[in-house]
Amino acid sequence: MTFDRYRRRKRVNVLVSALAFLCAAITIIPLLMILGHLLAQGAKAVNLDFFTQLPKPVGEVGGGMANAIVGTLILIGLACLVGLPIGIIGGIYLAEFGNNKTGWLVRFMSDVLNGTPSIVIGIFAYTVVVLPMKRFSALAGGFALGIIMIPTVIRATEELVKLVPTSVREAGLALGIPQWRVILRIVVPSAKAGIVTGVLLAVARIGGETAPLLFTAFGNQFWQRRLDQPIASLPVQIFTYAISPFEDWHRQAWAGALVLVAMILITSVLTRVVTKGQDRSMR
Amino acid sequence: MLTGLAVEKLGACFGQKQVLNGISMTIGPNLVTAIIGPSGCGKSTLIRCLNRLHETVPGARQSGRVLLDGQDISQMDPVQVRRTIGMVFQKPNPFPSMSIYDNVAAGLRLNGVRKRHRLDEYVEKSLRMGALWEEVADRLDKPGISLSGGQQQRLCIARAIAIEPKVLLMDEPCSALDPVSTGKIEELIQELKKALTIVIVTHNMQQAARVSDYTGFLLLGELIEFDETPKLFTNPRDKRTEDYITGRFG
Amino acid sequence: MSSSEAFPASGVPPRAGGTNVADRLFKGTTLLFALSVVAIMVLMAGAMLRTALPAIRAFGWHFPFTSTWDPVAERFGALPFIYGTLVSSLLALSIAVPLSLGGAIFLVELAPHWLAQPIAFLIDLLASIPSVVYGLWGIFVLAPWLRTTVQPALGALLGVLPLFQGPAYGVGMLAAGMILAIMVIPFISGVSREVLMAVPNSQREAALALGATKWEAIRTAVLPYSRSGIIGAIILGLGRALGETMAVTMVIGNRPEIALSLFAPGYTMASVIANEFAEATSDFHLAALIEIGLLLFGVTILVNGLARLLVWSVAGNGAATVRE
Repeated sequence: MTFDRYRRRKRVNVLVSALAFLCAAITIIPLLMILGHLLAQGAKAVNLDFFTQLPKPVGEVGGGMANAIVGTLILIGLACLVGLPIGIIGGIYLAEFGNNKTGWLVRFMSDVLNGTPSIVIGIFAYTVVVLPMKRFSALAGGFALGIIMIPTVIRATEELVKLVPTSVREAGLALGIPQWRVILRIVVPSAKAGIVTGVLLAVARIGGETAPLLFTAFGNQFWQRRLDQPIASLPVQIFTYAISPFEDWHRQAWAGALVLVAMILITSVLTRVVTKGQDRSMR
Repeated sequence: MLTGLAVEKLGACFGQKQVLNGISMTIGPNLVTAIIGPSGCGKSTLIRCLNRLHETVPGARQSGRVLLDGQDISQMDPVQVRRTIGMVFQKPNPFPSMSIYDNVAAGLRLNGVRKRHRLDEYVEKSLRMGALWEEVADRLDKPGISLSGGQQQRLCIARAIAIEPKVLLMDEPCSALDPVSTGKIEELIQELKKALTIVIVTHNMQQAARVSDYTGFLLLGELIEFDETPKLFTNPRDKRTEDYITGRFG
Repeated sequence: MSSSEAFPASGVPPRAGGTNVADRLFKGTTLLFALSVVAIMVLMAGAMLRTALPAIRAFGWHFPFTSTWDPVAERFGALPFIYGTLVSSLLALSIAVPLSLGGAIFLVELAPHWLAQPIAFLIDLLASIPSVVYGLWGIFVLAPWLRTTVQPALGALLGVLPLFQGPAYGVGMLAAGMILAIMVIPFISGVSREVLMAVPNSQREAALALGATKWEAIRTAVLPYSRSGIIGAIILGLGRALGETMAVTMVIGNRPEIALSLFAPGYTMASVIANEFAEATSDFHLAALIEIGLLLFGVTILVNGLARLLVWSVAGNGAATVRE
């Protein structure tokens, strides 16, 4: 009787373990499928033209997304101009002086910002940049993406600066070095690799953002050098092409998606390499 | 000029916890003053009050005064205070992102020395004084944290004396070190004494007896006895001091 | 060590009331940058409120409860979008929660390290794929599969339920729910793993020492200990699903109607903003869209605030960073 019960318990245990394994397996199936389709469809469509040509007008086959690739890089650059100073300097405040109510408020707001849908941030950029300028522009898109970066960068900076031991700060202070120089010249450099990791993570995240760009950077079929004009970006171009009725544009959308995901994954790998480099120097 | 410190009715606490109470003592110029006492008695807090590092700890408070050549340090710029009063910590703490050279040069650079040949000169001089030059002269560009524990501590001493402080605080500088390194640092203290005033905290009574001119015995945040070292060790006035130095204590 | 000529007084007055002026300046500057985060949030709410004001004035409390959406006649009600957002998100959670939790339990409690690490890595990788790529996959792979295979089968099997009736379009609420599920899995799974790992080993050992099997130990010791953290993880996933835009816009069908069937097309708050904002016909139309954005903003603040409190209570501050 007791033995039977024990066997039943054992069977339940095995059953549940199998179910749990199944759950884990099912969750990675979509990833494998998406990556598989990306490779299969994208590889067919990617060619040299894709990287060097402008989009062709509707109905013509061929062309590429050169302007969108460059546009995405420009938008990321603009975003860094907005997001990095606030993220890094704000993170330094949180790590060094943020053990108070102000710090709590900033942390809370940064978390709320992190949970705010990117499209809402797009609306914000529209109201404060597009409306006053009366036109869609790269600046508005960069502004929106920059705000999206802030929470990731501020968190990473705070956590990594906090990891620098107090003894290092005290060693600096005891040398009669002013606190601000101790922080900027000794503490922050010690946390540099980690902060770079956080920044790269944030860049990878905004690189794929589409929604906030729809009505800020808008899109452009041509090269655009001026930052106060609409600019193309890879994600928006993929979206436009994917929902279009043209076969050749679908092909290009897959190519764009493959390139975009490759860029993001390469950034992640880069992040890993940088982090490894730090490990070595710490040893 | 000779520089001494005077401590007047110094009290210190963390939050509600009082760790120092009514400490008064005079730290004479160009002498080595040792602070001894069982662990947790407030030795470290005491010397951290002397260069205003105590106040950087959240929740730390302090009463009484510390005078540097007659001037109240709490009224001075903390940066100036710490430039005059250097410190060596219990655990060696070289700057992790810097080479050996840059560690020693850090204080100089951040205090405004820019010219390379001046820096070279000061770095070599300081490393020689820190009895480390011979060991590291050929690898100054290696990270400071690549050195052994004893070498790291001497690097920290070199870093501290590079900016030519008038007083050097040493918070159990040998507690993490092997006997050979400890010996080297004790010799170094005798050498440094010619140029500056030293306050050393130690839980090692033999060390205090060996290196210091004056010794203070601290117990539960109070200065029980403060006297010339030979006197305190051979003829203590207080029963508690006697118990401690004869090992009849906790 | 005699001279101090090497050290020019570096611009700092020797007496400054006991503090260093440059240090105070530095602290003030960093404070300013940190506070700009707060300013952004306040400005965001303020700017949106101001531009949405015409719509708020015109429709008042009726706005979220009216189902007409007619830009030409300038009559706006957000109900179909709120409905679509809620239904697609709940559908997504009902798929994602069991899978994420089961997966997290497997990875933290059961799997050997060599297997758990790569799987966890792959699941985390799901979070780094851009929304628009999910949408692309949704349009060209998921939706056709639903249309040709899944929906006919579901209709035959469960067609008596109103949920599974109607023509199979492929795109629609079901497709949106499934794509959202895939997208929130890495968030729910990641935070759940964090929360489970925060359960002290002594809890597991106590149960095992009583003769419990592994599953019994998980059920009696681990899960109760981490319950509020897991609920937090789920709500965090809900916050993500509510605001997710591109993938949903691409597969939900974009029809502002309330239909009971999961096969029917729908519309969400984020989608209508994405589709109509750049081409809004009038300032009034724009105001109505921004009011929807404002509602979305308010809901996600509430949801995320709640989730964070729950997760923090278990796993400490760190868990909330498992987002990217």
